[in-house]
Amino acid sequence: MFDFSIVTQAIHTALLSIMPEGLAIFLECVVVGVCLLLMYTVIAIVMIFMERKVCAAFQCRLGPVRVGPWGTLQVICDVFKMLTKEIITIRHADRFLYNLAPYIVILASVLAFSCLPINRGMEVLDFNVGVFFTMAASSIGVVGILLAGWSSNNKYSLIGAMRSGAQMISYELSIGLSILTIVVLTDTMQLSEIVERQADGWFIFKGHIPAIIAFIIYLIAGNAEVNRGPFDLPEAESELTAGYHTEYSGMHFGLFYVAEFVNLFIIAGLAATIFLGGWMPLHIPGLDAFNTVMDYIPGFVWFFAKAFFVVWLLMWIKWTFPRLRVDQILTLEWKYLVPIGLANLLLMVIVVVFKLHF
Amino acid sequence: MKYEDFIDNEYLEKMAEQLREGGTNVVLGCLDDLINWGRSNSLWPLTFATSCCGIEFMAVGAARYDFARFGFEVTRASPRQADFIMVAGTITHKMAPVLKRLYDQMADPKYVIAVGGCAISGGPFKKSYHVVNGVDTILPVDVYIPGCPPRPEAMLYGLMQLQRKVRLERFFGGVNKQIGKKEYEELMRRDLTAEKIDLNVETEHKL
Amino acid sequence: MWKRNTSYNMTIREKITAWEPAAEWSAEGDGMLTVPVETFHDLAVRLKREGFDFLRSLTGMDWGEGRFGAVYHIESTATGENIVLRVFTPAPDKCGLPSVGDVWKGALLNEREAYDYFGIQFLNHPDMRRLYLRDDWVGHPLRKDYDPALNPLRMNNEVSQDSTPHFELMPDGSLIRKREVIFDEGEYVINVGPQHPATHGVLRFRVSLEGEIIRKLDVHCGYIHRGIEKMCESLTYPQTLALTDRLDYLGASQNRHALCMCIEKGLGLEVSRRVQYIRTIMDELQRIDSHLLFFSCLCMDMGALTAFFYGFRDREKVLDILEQTTGGRLIQNYNVIGGVQADIHPDFVRRVKEFIAYMRPTLREYHEIFTGNVIARQRLVGTGVLTREDAISFGATGGTGRASGWACDVRKRHPYAMYGEVDFDEVLFTEGDCYARYMVRMREIEQSLRIIEQLIDNIPEGEYRTKTKPVIRIPEGTYYSAVEGSRGEFGVFIESRGDKSPYRMKFRSTGLPLVSCLETIARGAKIADLIAIGGTLDYVVPDIDR
Repeated sequence: MFDFSIVTQAIHTALLSIMPEGLAIFLECVVVGVCLLLMYTVIAIVMIFMERKVCAAFQCRLGPVRVGPWGTLQVICDVFKMLTKEIITIRHADRFLYNLAPYIVILASVLAFSCLPINRGMEVLDFNVGVFFTMAASSIGVVGILLAGWSSNNKYSLIGAMRSGAQMISYELSIGLSILTIVVLTDTMQLSEIVERQADGWFIFKGHIPAIIAFIIYLIAGNAEVNRGPFDLPEAESELTAGYHTEYSGMHFGLFYVAEFVNLFIIAGLAATIFLGGWMPLHIPGLDAFNTVMDYIPGFVWFFAKAFFVVWLLMWIKWTFPRLRVDQILTLEWKYLVPIGLANLLLMVIVVVFKLHF
Repeated sequence: MKYEDFIDNEYLEKMAEQLREGGTNVVLGCLDDLINWGRSNSLWPLTFATSCCGIEFMAVGAARYDFARFGFEVTRASPRQADFIMVAGTITHKMAPVLKRLYDQMADPKYVIAVGGCAISGGPFKKSYHVVNGVDTILPVDVYIPGCPPRPEAMLYGLMQLQRKVRLERFFGGVNKQIGKKEYEELMRRDLTAEKIDLNVETEHKL
Repeated sequence: MWKRNTSYNMTIREKITAWEPAAEWSAEGDGMLTVPVETFHDLAVRLKREGFDFLRSLTGMDWGEGRFGAVYHIESTATGENIVLRVFTPAPDKCGLPSVGDVWKGALLNEREAYDYFGIQFLNHPDMRRLYLRDDWVGHPLRKDYDPALNPLRMNNEVSQDSTPHFELMPDGSLIRKREVIFDEGEYVINVGPQHPATHGVLRFRVSLEGEIIRKLDVHCGYIHRGIEKMCESLTYPQTLALTDRLDYLGASQNRHALCMCIEKGLGLEVSRRVQYIRTIMDELQRIDSHLLFFSCLCMDMGALTAFFYGFRDREKVLDILEQTTGGRLIQNYNVIGGVQADIHPDFVRRVKEFIAYMRPTLREYHEIFTGNVIARQRLVGTGVLTREDAISFGATGGTGRASGWACDVRKRHPYAMYGEVDFDEVLFTEGDCYARYMVRMREIEQSLRIIEQLIDNIPEGEYRTKTKPVIRIPEGTYYSAVEGSRGEFGVFIESRGDKSPYRMKFRSTGLPLVSCLETIARGAKIADLIAIGGTLDYVVPDIDR
């Protein structure tokens, strides 16, 4: 398994030899930041393209095929289009908040994105309460959405934002509970550490029944958290035209759009990290030859493969299921998912105490 | 459809050639081309339909005809996010101000396609007391797609004509009409009491 | 079909004449009773008590020389008996008829329509606004002396009013105008439409919300009002046919069938059995097409996008068959007076059979992907209940009425074309909720397949078109024919004065009753339910607005 920290360490020592430590760290931070944003953009583009192709495949269509080979440049076109579109300023809107909202959403998304451990030694933000930090960072997004709805001076936006607020705050709870279930199993909250503990088997296997329940709850709640799939009522097209971003045009809308897709990736990436072993290869005890072959596949490939698998699962759900109603969403959360999550947590504690896990 | 298949628009090509020779600098020209390539391949329609043509418009988006292939993928329900409006169906006197308002709500650059006989000229309802005879009396139309309703293939052809049109435009100094910040601020601050009725502000109305 | 009420051995006509000696019978065309206006409201109440609970059609009329009035087609759902009543306004200068909206709720919107067209004020009508035209419209367009120059295109935005006029008759015979409030100052009113993805066209609602719950709903029609009925008055009969296809474009074939039937009835023209077979098959294919589109759109509105594409994929197959024979996909222009435009394509029979074989298993797929889905059921079952009484009172025919347990299928009530001879079930549900309305349509696809199956193999030889005179003139009188359109009873009412164009032509819209009952259904529901209700009511807006 390749450890990326060797590379970073080498760069760090090389920089230290020519400049003082403070400057070196500053420089590294800038480089890392730029890389992060680049990767964020690339992921966004890949995600949007994937969404289109996957939904086209489900719907007996082809999806974009004309621009570039197999339509791969389609999203680039969209980016150019978005960048050159007019950004409309709404009269009677709260100008400052209106312009701020998309940046808050994107900020939350980038913050959460930077927590994902992509490879060994390739974590950007990684400390002992990483799980909490990720959740905290990702939930800043709801502030942006509420602001967008409030400041747009549009009734649809407002309803969309209120729905979104109610939904995201509720489902945060389930996400927390299901992650906590795994934290009980690992006794650490550091994301890189969580991955390391899965070297001898992914948690979804190690934790068996409670872990699988937690995984399912996580998928449902995660889907709701990013306002997608059957839970996309904040932007339910057929009810609220475009929900909280009805009044946004040009790149401001683009930011919401991108954040939505990367948030989906973040949810999938977290699922991959916590339940499916992150960048850990698949190891089957006893089959040493197989395990060695698996070890040759680099960690980030494993991570992305797992994350995109989860993304694909969520897309499948999104394109197949009808949308829930707002009261049904809250019923599902508070009457079913939260009690099940709590019971599941208890079950996991029992499993851990009596050492029933693998 | 291949580029060569468009045989009926040579004059457009010639016009573009002349315009280019008229002195655009190379960098701006290239950037123009790049942006236009992007814009032309990513035209998002507004979900707007009034009657029969709307159903055919849906058919164009559906499985067999699938306009997502050409980048018309995302039909936006909010006019702010749409690039062009397909006026699919009859526009009546009651609808005309609404349509105009929708058009005004769209962000520049924006385009209009008149689909079907009704939108082009009033079609079979030309003599009616309540039908606008051609949507071009209220909006600047870019492409006309005749038919009653036009076949999905015709719509695809019309959409591709719009792509071609976009590709031949000049973005800088052309489509991208810049107005000064000051002017913009002024527009924003203008007193609207005189145009109250245009904003649909509730007023005392005597019957 | 025409069972008579056994306990009273009198026809309703005789009964009305007994109650109201001033009633006059005129036998031209279908025949109708002219009843005096003073006692008309009492008569309506009496008729309702007698079982005449379904107002099929209400037509405003201008008979010239300042004589206005209305024609009412009333049916008893229990006995199937029909009666046509005609009422004149009291005096040429005074335009007032008693409103029967309290007797038949479906009359409310129809009376607003008559007010809009002719300026007939209905007394005690709670909401006497224009239905289709702008509030600042000058004059009434269907009056014979209307001058179109009065109304140039106005580009200023229309102001939505929060109150409505209401006319009452004073004891001294004068009218007074009162105002009724629709929306109060403090209500949170959102505007849905006219450009909104869920309204299936350009319908507009103003919805007063309390949180997510709908408190009041106000329907605004007319954004696609094309004045077809007025246009028909200046067209010859064959020319009017072209406009019917564009009313309800998902029932183009059936609409045209209705008009052809009505004209043929007026002419006393018998069409050949081959034509009857072809028309029936075409109607049923059109119905399948429409119901598939219904399924697709409902799924899209509910957010299940994949199912939408499945529906459209299969709809294309129907359109292919229609196109091969008629040359048109959506609008076929196929039926003509005395027959059909062209003979069926040689491949027609084979392709229809292939389609039937394909469609049955595909329907199962639909049920798997959408009907069986737990979220879909949660959204549909129990929401938007319309009771049978309300359905009848509003005249909400078609799938909506049948979902509420009202056997309102015109194909069974008044069999036309081949429907009397084929064997099919009238799909009935009693729940009246969105799920029932959805299931009725899905089951009707099966029944339509069954009807086609019985006919397709034995289309008789014969003429596909009976020769008619170059200029068609219908004898003087009034005629009404109805077919079961894709979404309810589609009726055509013609008043002829023996000219080559109709004096008045009225289409009984299938969608208008559906929209009029929307307020009743949606009140108290969530705003998301409005989408499900609108989707399952399955109205087509150009059909409402005409």
